[in-house]
Amino acid sequence: MNRAVFLYVGVLLTVLLSFTGLVSIPEKQLGGLQPLVDADGTQYPVPPTGMVAEGRGVYIADGCIYCHSQQVRPEGFGDDIERGWGTRRTVARDHIYDSPPLLGTMRTGPDLANIAVRQPSENWHLLHLYNPRITSPGSNMPAFPFLFRKVPVEVQVPHDALSFPPGWEVPGYSVVPSRRAKALVAYLKSLDHSHPVPEVPQ
Amino acid sequence: MNAATSSDAAPAAAWRAEVDASCAYPVVAFFVSAVFWLLFGTVLALLASIKMHTPGFLSGAEWLTFGRVRPVHLNTMIYGWGSMAGVGTLLWLQARLSRVRLPLQLPLVVGCALWDLGVAGGSIAILTGHGTSVEWLEFPYGWSFLFAGIFVVVMAASLMMFSARRVGHVYVSQWYLFGAVLWFPFLYVMANALIHGALARGVVQAATNWWFAHNVLGLWFTPIGLATVYYLLPKVLGRPIHSYYLSLLGFWTLALFYNWAGTHHLVGGPLPAWLITVGIVGSVMMFIPVTTVAVNHHMTMKGHFALLKVSPTLRFIVLGAMSYTVVSFQGSLQSLRTVNEVTHFTHYTIAHAHLGVYGFFTMVMFGAIYYIAPRLTGREWSSPRLIKIHFWGTALGMAVYWIGLTWGGILQGLAMDNPDVAFLDVVRHTMPYLWSRTFAGVLMAVGHVAFAILVWRMFTLKGRRLPEPASAPVVAMAGGAQ
Ligand code: HEC
Repeated sequence: MNRAVFLYVGVLLTVLLSFTGLVSIPEKQLGGLQPLVDADGTQYPVPPTGMVAEGRGVYIADGCIYCHSQQVRPEGFGDDIERGWGTRRTVARDHIYDSPPLLGTMRTGPDLANIAVRQPSENWHLLHLYNPRITSPGSNMPAFPFLFRKVPVEVQVPHDALSFPPGWEVPGYSVVPSRRAKALVAYLKSLDHSHPVPEVPQ
Repeated sequence: MNAATSSDAAPAAAWRAEVDASCAYPVVAFFVSAVFWLLFGTVLALLASIKMHTPGFLSGAEWLTFGRVRPVHLNTMIYGWGSMAGVGTLLWLQARLSRVRLPLQLPLVVGCALWDLGVAGGSIAILTGHGTSVEWLEFPYGWSFLFAGIFVVVMAASLMMFSARRVGHVYVSQWYLFGAVLWFPFLYVMANALIHGALARGVVQAATNWWFAHNVLGLWFTPIGLATVYYLLPKVLGRPIHSYYLSLLGFWTLALFYNWAGTHHLVGGPLPAWLITVGIVGSVMMFIPVTTVAVNHHMTMKGHFALLKVSPTLRFIVLGAMSYTVVSFQGSLQSLRTVNEVTHFTHYTIAHAHLGVYGFFTMVMFGAIYYIAPRLTGREWSSPRLIKIHFWGTALGMAVYWIGLTWGGILQGLAMDNPDVAFLDVVRHTMPYLWSRTFAGVLMAVGHVAFAILVWRMFTLKGRRLPEPASAPVVAMAGGAQ
């Protein structure tokens, strides 16, 4: 057995070992996790479908993950719960239908795991996406004006036009959310990890 | 020159020239592509950085939104600049160390062109909204087959040289190159299959993601970078590496421990506690390989620091090696739960990542290109002044970058962990540091432009002819490395 064979075997073994430890065993342990079904038959979590799934696609395409996490850290570790970002820590089960899971690693903006609970207003979300400075002065979140259409007011005032706070109106135009904007908001309004889970004793 | 110049210099110079000539086309192709992507990635870096403190900057077009520009920056730097400079260096080092001509030259040149297409295509895909939002794997699934395919050629060339080597002794750099060339394809294919192919579910994809992403640094860039330092340091100094046994220890402990460190990116996350603990243990154990490498390099350098003034190669690789030590100790510390509680999710991590990929790996690649390119073209670098601008622009830029975001990140983390500070105030506190990053980015960009001009002139043969193709001013012949 010469040194080259030793190198081959050693190099491959080390990486196989970590693959087994960090990927295969967790998949064994967590891959079979099932959703919870309440007494009344409602299921948690549910797979994203329809507008929610479409909105998830917009969230991915426009890279919200580079500023927002979707995971609440445990009580006593950071102050995620004190900040009102959730009532319990996030568990693996919360993400079984999330492929890829959008856990995130950056919090330039707040955690969004429970944004549906915290911010139920559709108009708030639309205004915020159109221009975050309207709702949140000093925010460095990008504006997403391309998810909206501007319609001259002489033509018509569409029923779903945004209602701006004073000073923020776009003169001569009303601003209408595109389907993608609505889908994105539908997705945000689906982000709710408040359902109790057996992993976290209440 | 010193006494180490061996008496058989003439035949040695002849085979070196032959090996270098065989490398010329593929390695130049990889280097030129790498520098192109470096410039491209720099533009995107500046855009992303400016957008962070001035969100209105170029915000009207969807393809230029922050969440697209940022991943394109990362992917062009990793797969364009870093990996292509790395492959060029790897091929040349392996040929030199095995004393054989580079095989598969045409497939490698074609592979390089396809690689460029892959990076371009993947970047366009992200900019047009087809990115995956899986960090370090944002190119859509389809592109991964292309990269994996090209990688087979790189792997084949490297292994062919290794098995045809005309020297019995396996030099330490070769272990690292050998590791890199087997590890990376495995990581890349597995991660793509498990995440994009959805073979893993839910948060296991996240574990896979960080097993992969951390190992791109640990098992791809780091071994190539260390192989380069282990080769060039003795070459430029004209003396052997301090200790063979330390090198051995450093290599195998790196191979054992770096692998496991990735899950420290998920501390506090929804994964089993043991999995995170394993990541932390792996990270802390990295003290061993890092210390051995640092001691080994330092003892080799000892008494020769004056040479830093004359050799640009040495300046870049020594700065790179020092960054490696700092970034690794920093990484071990920040995996600890108490530190991580503050620094996770903040700009601190971004500073740390740049110290690794830029302060260490990129600096070493700059050094490598300064050393290798003249040997491929037989020309000198055309302007010492531009080299100076390159060095100081990138070195100062990196320093400002790291200090600003490390400090800003700690403040951000402390503020975020204090529920009495409103979130918008956290945002406000970080603003000056985000500006400091843009300033740092401009310094680095100036350095990169100077470097690109030098590389352009080098490969269009604008420099003066070297008196003797295989040697440069501060290069001795012997010294451990072949
Ligand atoms: C450059 C970083 C950045 C990006 C990219 C980003 N955000 Fe934000 N986001 C922030 C910041 C900072 C805040 C906090 C200030 C505010 O409300 O605007 C925030 C706040 C939010 C909030 C309100 C959270 C709360 O607790 O009130 C929502 C919802 C949100 N963002 C959604 C998104 C979506 C959806 C995307 C992608 C389309 C996105 N963000 C992209 C930085 C970002």
